[in-house]
Amino acid sequence: MTTTMQQHPTTRGAAIQLRGVSKVFGTGDTKVTAIDTVSLDLPYGELVLLVGPSGCGKTTLISIVAGLLDASAGEVSVLEHNLTRMGGNRKVRFRGANIGFVFQQYNLLPALTAVENASVPLLIAGWSRPKAIEKASDLLASVGLGSRLKSYPSQLSGGQQQRVAIARALVHEPRLLVCDEPTAALDAASGRTVMDLIRQVAVQPDRAVIVVTHDSRVYDFGDRIVSMADGKVVELLGKGQRPHE
Amino acid sequence: MNWVALRMLTGDRAKYLGIIFGVAFAALLMSQQLSIFCGLMRNTTSQIRDIEGGDIWVMDKNVQFVDDVKPMSENKLLRVRGVEGVQWAVRLYKGIARARLSDGNFQQMILIGLDDATLVGAPRPDRILHGELGDLRQPNAVFIDEFGWRYLFGNEPFQVGRTLEMNDKRAVIVGMCKCNPTFQTFPILYCTYSQAVQFLPQERKTLTFILAKGNDGAFPESVCAAIHEQTGLKALTNDQFFWSTIQYYMQRTGIPINFGITVMLGFVVGCAIAGQTFYLFTLENLKQWGALKAMGVSNIRLVGMILLQALVVGLIGYGLGIGGAALFGYTFERVVTSTPPAFYFGWQIMGITAGAVTVIALAASLLSMRRVLFLEAGVVFR
Repeated sequence: MTTTMQQHPTTRGAAIQLRGVSKVFGTGDTKVTAIDTVSLDLPYGELVLLVGPSGCGKTTLISIVAGLLDASAGEVSVLEHNLTRMGGNRKVRFRGANIGFVFQQYNLLPALTAVENASVPLLIAGWSRPKAIEKASDLLASVGLGSRLKSYPSQLSGGQQQRVAIARALVHEPRLLVCDEPTAALDAASGRTVMDLIRQVAVQPDRAVIVVTHDSRVYDFGDRIVSMADGKVVELLGKGQRPHE
Repeated sequence: MNWVALRMLTGDRAKYLGIIFGVAFAALLMSQQLSIFCGLMRNTTSQIRDIEGGDIWVMDKNVQFVDDVKPMSENKLLRVRGVEGVQWAVRLYKGIARARLSDGNFQQMILIGLDDATLVGAPRPDRILHGELGDLRQPNAVFIDEFGWRYLFGNEPFQVGRTLEMNDKRAVIVGMCKCNPTFQTFPILYCTYSQAVQFLPQERKTLTFILAKGNDGAFPESVCAAIHEQTGLKALTNDQFFWSTIQYYMQRTGIPINFGITVMLGFVVGCAIAGQTFYLFTLENLKQWGALKAMGVSNIRLVGMILLQALVVGLIGYGLGIGGAALFGYTFERVVTSTPPAFYFGWQIMGITAGAVTVIALAASLLSMRRVLFLEAGVVFR
């Protein structure tokens, strides 16, 4: 089934296009189908929430979308690039250039300061350290951490760490932002701040943002909600709609 | 990204120092034990290195090493002199004599008897600390080595005229020289050959070695071969005699095995400490490595980062270990003055230790590398 949200027509190709994508782990008796023939088109310029109970396949799906996992079957196209046919090294370069990640546990490097952490994707892209630090500083200032540039992750609150992680995810101006439970480790207020920030900074006409969450408090931030269960997409909802519990 | 790798490495001070400690400990133990081993082995050849002048040692065909004394008849000297290619050949006595000290105690001595006319084999002038070589031609005269003097007379300042008694003959110390430390640690006495014969109990044969020199331009090895062919005696160049002596001690004593075990222990312990700490360090940072992988760091770059970390801890640990061993040797030589040092800290030791440390660092990083290379980048979502 190919599902495109009619109430949110796109003016150009979909940012993410999945066709009959499946992911199977193990073989024989231990075989587990994590993703079961999912087809989906997600447009540019919107924040899409991927929701569902634990174990429904959300994380596996974004891993496939982000090029971290290969699909067992089906076609995966991200930012008009066919990941299914992309080799390992090209996929690594593609990720480095086009995808930003925000993780549930932030995954900041504890030995680096906030600004150094935020500059890592630029260093990966080959920028010189001073230039990378300069750009990361600007971005951190824009997310309200201008005074904490030289703080280490251990000296920052969870919300601040997540803001550093968002700055890190956006510093190299990726066209796809993948967020995995960005509010799960935060209190309600910090969670809202983080989601606000993602909306303000990341949602752009030429970008796509996909957020995996099971935090119903953030449903209002999504332009679309893709609800999953047992490895399948069970509901596609527009802004303001809520998935059935 | 190299900078990120180094910051990751130094970020956890305890682990960082733990890895360096492991490598440094291994480097220290290996280089120190190897230095003592090589020092001991070199000490077995001290007389070969001390007795200079000739480039060929001629001896009984059954002699296996420098302390394996098998006297020859005096006419062998004439036969060696008659071999084509031999420029000159002189007699040399080297053996153990028993000396009676002024307090009535007895002490074993290494006695070296030099050719009366030429004194070939005597210490070099720059190694003479007191007296003149010519004084050896005085009746009953002997030179004693520096350590021997300290061994017999403690910290008393050197004075000409101190006497010993060997074979009921009075030996008068007329000079002191520097000698390489010996394996047996006995004092060394130099005297003329004719004097040495008198210091020994009556024996039918006293000629233990013949020192010879080949004609100018002749290869010592060829001259050795000619001597062996024409006289049936064993003839070795200085180098050959040096290595055959070392080979004897290597094969016939437990020294290499015992030291080898300690060196191996140092290597294994170093591998274990450094490897385990480095591996744990990688395991704890696995999510960070995964995040870097997800963000587009290639496997080759990750391997480079891990190798850089290993290189840094390897270099620092090696430097500390080698420095520690050098300091040990330096202190040992200055603090323990009563016994000759058995500590040879040559470039070979540093090279071998560097090789072992490289293996330790590589082994430690290979384990870690394996984990990182086979790490699914998707781990960051778990």
